[in-house]
Amino acid sequence: MALVNISIEGQHYQVDDSLTVLEACRECGYNVPSLCSFHHDECSLASCRVCLVEVKGAKGLVASCAYPVNEGMEITISSPKAVEARRTSVELILSNHRKNCLQCPKEGHCELLKVAEMVGARDGMYEGEMSEATLDELAPALVRDTSKCILCGRCVERCKKAQGISILGFENRGFNTIVSPIENRSFATSPCIQCGQCVNVCPTGALMEHSEIDKVDAAFKAGKKVIVQVAPAVRSAIAEEFGEPIGTNGTGKMFAALHRLGFYRVFDTNFGADLTIMEEANELLERIKGKGVLPQITSCSPGWINYLEYYYPEIIPHVSTCKSPHMMQGATIKSYFAEKHEIDPKDIFVVSIMPCVAKKYERQRSQMPDDVDAVLTTRELAKLIKRAGINWNKLPEEGPDMDLLGEYSGAGVIFGVTGGVMEAALRTAYYWMTGKEYAAINFTEVRGLEGVKEATVDFDGTPVSVAVTSGMKNAKPLLEQVKAGTSPYAFIEVMCCPGGCINGGGQPYVHPLLLPDEEPDILDTYCAKRSAVLYSEDERQAVRQSHNNPDIQKLYSEYLGKPGSEKAEELLHTSYVSDRAKWPDVK
Amino acid sequence: MEKITSEAQLQERISHCSACLQAKYEGKDGKKAIVVCGGTGCLSSDSEGIIEEFEKLIKEYHLEDKCTVNVVGCFGFCSMGPFVKVFPGETLYTKVKVSDAKEIIEKDIIGGEIVERLLFTDPVTKEKVAAQKDINFYKLQKRDIALKGNDHIDPESLDEALAYDTFVGLNRALHMTQQEVIDEVSKSGLRGRGGAGFPTGRKWQFAYNEQNEEKYIICNGDEGDPGAFMDRSIVEGNPFNVIEGMMIAGYAIGAKNGYFYIRAEYPVAVERLQKAIKILEDVGLLGDHILGTDFSFRCHIRLGAGAFVCGEETALLNSIEGKRGMPRPRPPFPAVKGLWDKPTVINNVETLANVPYILKEGWEKYAAIGTDDSKGTKVFALGGKVNNIGLVEVPMGTTLRQLIYDIGGGIPDGKKFKAIQTGGPSGGCLTEADLDTPIDYGSLVARGSMMGSGGAIVMDEDNCMVDVAKFYMTFICDESCGKCSPCRIGTKRLLEILTKITDGRGTMQDLDDLENLARLVAQNSLCGLGQTAPNPILSTLRSFRSEYEAHVIEQECPAHVCKNLIKYWIDPEKCKKCSMCARQCPAQAITGEPGKTPFVIDSSKCIKCGACLSGCRFGAISKI
Repeated sequence: MALVNISIEGQHYQVDDSLTVLEACRECGYNVPSLCSFHHDECSLASCRVCLVEVKGAKGLVASCAYPVNEGMEITISSPKAVEARRTSVELILSNHRKNCLQCPKEGHCELLKVAEMVGARDGMYEGEMSEATLDELAPALVRDTSKCILCGRCVERCKKAQGISILGFENRGFNTIVSPIENRSFATSPCIQCGQCVNVCPTGALMEHSEIDKVDAAFKAGKKVIVQVAPAVRSAIAEEFGEPIGTNGTGKMFAALHRLGFYRVFDTNFGADLTIMEEANELLERIKGKGVLPQITSCSPGWINYLEYYYPEIIPHVSTCKSPHMMQGATIKSYFAEKHEIDPKDIFVVSIMPCVAKKYERQRSQMPDDVDAVLTTRELAKLIKRAGINWNKLPEEGPDMDLLGEYSGAGVIFGVTGGVMEAALRTAYYWMTGKEYAAINFTEVRGLEGVKEATVDFDGTPVSVAVTSGMKNAKPLLEQVKAGTSPYAFIEVMCCPGGCINGGGQPYVHPLLLPDEEPDILDTYCAKRSAVLYSEDERQAVRQSHNNPDIQKLYSEYLGKPGSEKAEELLHTSYVSDRAKWPDVK
Repeated sequence: MEKITSEAQLQERISHCSACLQAKYEGKDGKKAIVVCGGTGCLSSDSEGIIEEFEKLIKEYHLEDKCTVNVVGCFGFCSMGPFVKVFPGETLYTKVKVSDAKEIIEKDIIGGEIVERLLFTDPVTKEKVAAQKDINFYKLQKRDIALKGNDHIDPESLDEALAYDTFVGLNRALHMTQQEVIDEVSKSGLRGRGGAGFPTGRKWQFAYNEQNEEKYIICNGDEGDPGAFMDRSIVEGNPFNVIEGMMIAGYAIGAKNGYFYIRAEYPVAVERLQKAIKILEDVGLLGDHILGTDFSFRCHIRLGAGAFVCGEETALLNSIEGKRGMPRPRPPFPAVKGLWDKPTVINNVETLANVPYILKEGWEKYAAIGTDDSKGTKVFALGGKVNNIGLVEVPMGTTLRQLIYDIGGGIPDGKKFKAIQTGGPSGGCLTEADLDTPIDYGSLVARGSMMGSGGAIVMDEDNCMVDVAKFYMTFICDESCGKCSPCRIGTKRLLEILTKITDGRGTMQDLDDLENLARLVAQNSLCGLGQTAPNPILSTLRSFRSEYEAHVIEQECPAHVCKNLIKYWIDPEKCKKCSMCARQCPAQAITGEPGKTPFVIDSSKCIKCGACLSGCRFGAISKI
C-alpha cells in the first residue's frame, strides 16, 4: 500500500492507492451516490452507472466504484456532463421500478429513494413498459418482489461471498433480466438456507423478510396472552433504528419499549441460551464419554441447520440435537411457565424478536411443535415501536420480567456473536469436567470476527480442541473435515451469518449512504462495534455462567430434573432430516 | 500421418505439396480438377449432393484417371452459389444444381466445352463470363490474405493448406524473439478486425509485458452482427491459417494455450476447426516442442450459445469460464487480468487470419497495402439491396462506391441507392454523399459509422430509415445482457420512442428525446454494446431527419414500410375486376363484384399483409 496524489474537484488529496475512485471520493468527503457497489471486496459490477464521474484522460465517463485511483488522477464530480449522466442512470432505473413507496416495506431505508434525491432525479422522465414481475411469498423467511429490483447484484454477490452457495443469479436477458433462484423458482423450492444476508444488502424493497407483524396484531386482537422474548443480538443493534450510533447498547430501552407495547410477559432469550448451554454442554460431555460421535457441532443457527440438511446431511449425527435458544424458551413458556401459572398453553402466543430471518422458517419446521407463534426481526420490532408512537429517546432503562424465566447469565448474552456459544459452553463444560469454575471466566481465544478460529483450551490438564466458524463459505472446509472423518476438534461452533447473529439477516441495515453520521469505513467496523456491546453486557452481569443462573437451576430442580433427562429430551431437543436435498421440483 | 517436427521436414513437405497442388490446378497430371464450394450457404443448397453426384458420375463414366472432385472453402459470391469450378482454366459455374452435374461432366470434362448456361451473367453488361478472375465481383478484390486459399483448397487437408504456404509465417516467427514478432506486427499496422480497430501489436505488447507463467490467447469467433459471416467463412475455408495466426500470437505473448470461442450456430466451422486441430496434433504441429523448438502450444474450442454480447471481450471471458456472459468493468484489462485472471489477448478471427501473411511476407509488404490509417485488407459481408451479394476482401482504402457498384454490381431493379449500413448494430448508415469515402477505420468513424466486424448492408429507396433504426434497436434490446441500467432500460425506452414514431404517434418532442437519450445511453453504458447501441439511431437521425419528421408531421412513411402509416389502395382505372386480390386477402377486407365493379379495400379491416399487392397481376394495387 502506498499513498497517491489525486485531485477531486480541483482540491488536492493523498489517498491509499488500493482505493477505488468512489472510496477515495467518500474518504475525502464527497458523497458520490452508488447503488450496485457495496463493500470494497463485494460487488464491483459497475452495473448501475449511478456513480459516474469524470476522470481526466479516461475514455468517457468512469464508473467510480470499479475504477482504481492512480497517481496524478484528476476527478471531477460536479461537471454538468457527470451530473446529467448520474441523474439519467437513476431516472432510467426509476422508470422500471414499481414506485408504490407508501406500501413498500422498505419504508425509510430505501437507498434508491436516497440516491434519487442525491442526483436530483425527476420522476416520469422515461416512463414506458415495465418488466414482467415475480412476487415470491412462498418461503417462510423471505419475500422477493422483482418489481422493485434494480438488478444491482449486491444480493448475488453477498450470497456467493458469505455463504458460498449462489442461490441468486441473473436470469433472462436484456429488459427481462431478473435476479432470482434458478429458473425463477421460489426460495421455498430452491436450496436456499433463508439466512437473509441478501435482504441486508438490498437497496430497495425487492428482498425483504416475510413479515409476521400482522400475526402478532391478530393475537393481541384475539385476546391471547402474548409473551415476547428477545434474542441477545437484538440489543446490540436496535438503537441504530432510532438514529443512535452503531455500537449503542439498546438493552434497557428495548425492554422498556417492549413493556410499553403491552406484552403479557417480556422475557430475554438469554435465559433460553443458558438453558441451551446446560443441554449442549451436557451432550458434549456425554459424547466425550463415548455416547455419540465427535466433534459435536452447535445447532442454534437455523440458517446453518438448513445448510446442513441441504448440503451436508452425512454429518447430521455430529450436530447437537439441542433446539435453538428461542425454541427452548418457547417450549418452556408453554409447559413449565404455563403450568406454574395455570394458563392453558393454547391461550399463550409466543413472539420471538430475533436478529434473524431463518428463525421464521425454523419455528415452522415440521420437527418443531408450535412453541413459538411468530418471529419478528430486529427491524420489525423497530416498526412496532415506531408505529406505537413510543419515543425511543425518552425511554427509561428497564429489564425483563422476573417471573420464572427472567434471570440470565453473561454467558447467554454472548450467544449473539461468533465464538459466544463456544465460550459459554466452555465456561459450563469446564466446571462440570473439572469441578471448579474457570478462574479467568473469559475464553478470549475464541473471540474475534475471523471466519475460522481454532483453539485448544486447557481443561485443568486436559486439552480440548475447538473451532469456531461463521459464514457458510468459511465453514465449508471444517465441514469437509468432519465429513471425511479427519476433523481434529471435539466441538465446533457454526453460525450461519458472518460474524454471528449480530450480523444476522434480520438486523438493522448498514447502508453507508443512509448513515451520514458514521465513518466511511463503517462496513468494516460495524460487526466489531455490535459485538463489543454484547461483551460489555456479559461483563456487567453478576452471574457469568449458565449453570449459575438461579432460574435455570430452579427449572431443573422443579421441572426438568437434570440436563439430558427424559423431560428435557422431549421439550428441548429436536431432530434433522437428511432428504432435504429433494426440494420440490416445481417453479 | 507423417510427423512434421523440424523446419527441414516442414519445408520439404511444403515444396512437395505446392508442386502437387500446382500440378492439380494446371492439369499437369492430365486430369481436370473439379472443386465445389463448401461454405455454409452452398452446403445448405446441397453442394454436398453435387459432390456425391460428381463422384457417382466419375465412376459411371470411368473418369477416375481424367478428373478429380473435392470440396473447397467459400467462394464468397453467395447469391450465385453453389459453385463448381473446373481446373485448368478456372471456369466458374454458378447456381449449380445436382441435376447439372451430368451436363458438366459430359460437356466440359469429357467434351472440353464450357457449359454456357451455368456461367455468370454480368448484371450490368449482361455478358457471360467464364473464368472466375474475369468476373467483376472478383476483379477488384484481394482475396489472398484473410481469405487465403479459401476458394482453392480443401479445408480439411493439411497438404493443400501447406501448398498455400501455411506455417511458413510461424516458422519464421519461431526464428525471431517474441519482441521481434510483436514489433513485426506493430510495424505492419494491423488493427483489430472485430470492431474498434485497436492496434494488434500493442495489444500483444501489453500481454507480453505481464509476468505470468500462464497466459492465454483467445480467438473471438462469436460473430453476431445481423448479416455478417466473415469469420465463419474464414474458419470454414482455411482453418489452418487461423490456427497458425493464433500460434504466432501465442508465441509472441508467451501463451501455451489458445481458445477458439465459436458460435454453436457455426457447426461447419467448428467441425473443420476440430479436424484441423486433430490433424495438427497428429503431425506434431500442435503440442510440445513445435518444429523442434521450445515453443509448445495447444488449441481448445469453446462453443458460444449465441448471445451477441459474448462477442464483447470481457463477456466472452466470463462465458469461457462458465459464467453468465456479462461484461466486466475495465480496468483491469484482459491483457493484464483476463481468462481465469491470467493475462489474455483476445483477437478476432480475421485479425488472426492476417497474421501469417505478415510474418511470411514481412511487415513492409503488408503495410504497403491500404491507407495511412489502416493497413492490409478487410473482409466484408456485402448484403442487402445490391446485385452481387457475398463475402469480399478488399484492400483498405477501397471506396464505398467501388464496393457497392464495381464489386457489388450496383442496386437491383434500377432502384436508387439510399444508404449503406456498416458496423452492424454498433455502426451507422452512410449516404450517397459518403460514397467516395475510402474504407478505413478513421474515415468511417469521421462519417458517423464504423468499420465494425465487416457487415455492409446496402439499402435502397424502399428502405425506411426509421424502420432500419428500429430493426437494430430491436436486435439490441434482445441482445442486451441486462447488466447495466442504461443499456438494459435505455435501449428499451429508445425502442419505445421509435415504435411510437413508426406507429404514427410520435411528436417533434420525441425526436429530441430520442436524440438526447441515445446520446446518454451511449455515454453511460458499461460495455461496447451499449456504448454503440444508439449509433443506428444517431446516424439515421443525422442523415435522414426529414424521414423521421415525415413520420411525425405528415404521418407518412416515405418508403411505405411502416404499417401503421400506409394504406393499400386499388386504382379503379387499372383494376380488371378479376377478384384475385379479394381471394388472396386473409382478412376479407376487399370487396367488389367480379367482372362488374372495381374492387375496394376497407382500410379498417386491412391488416397490411401485402398479399393483395403481390397477388395483383395488373399493378392496380399500390401502397400510399
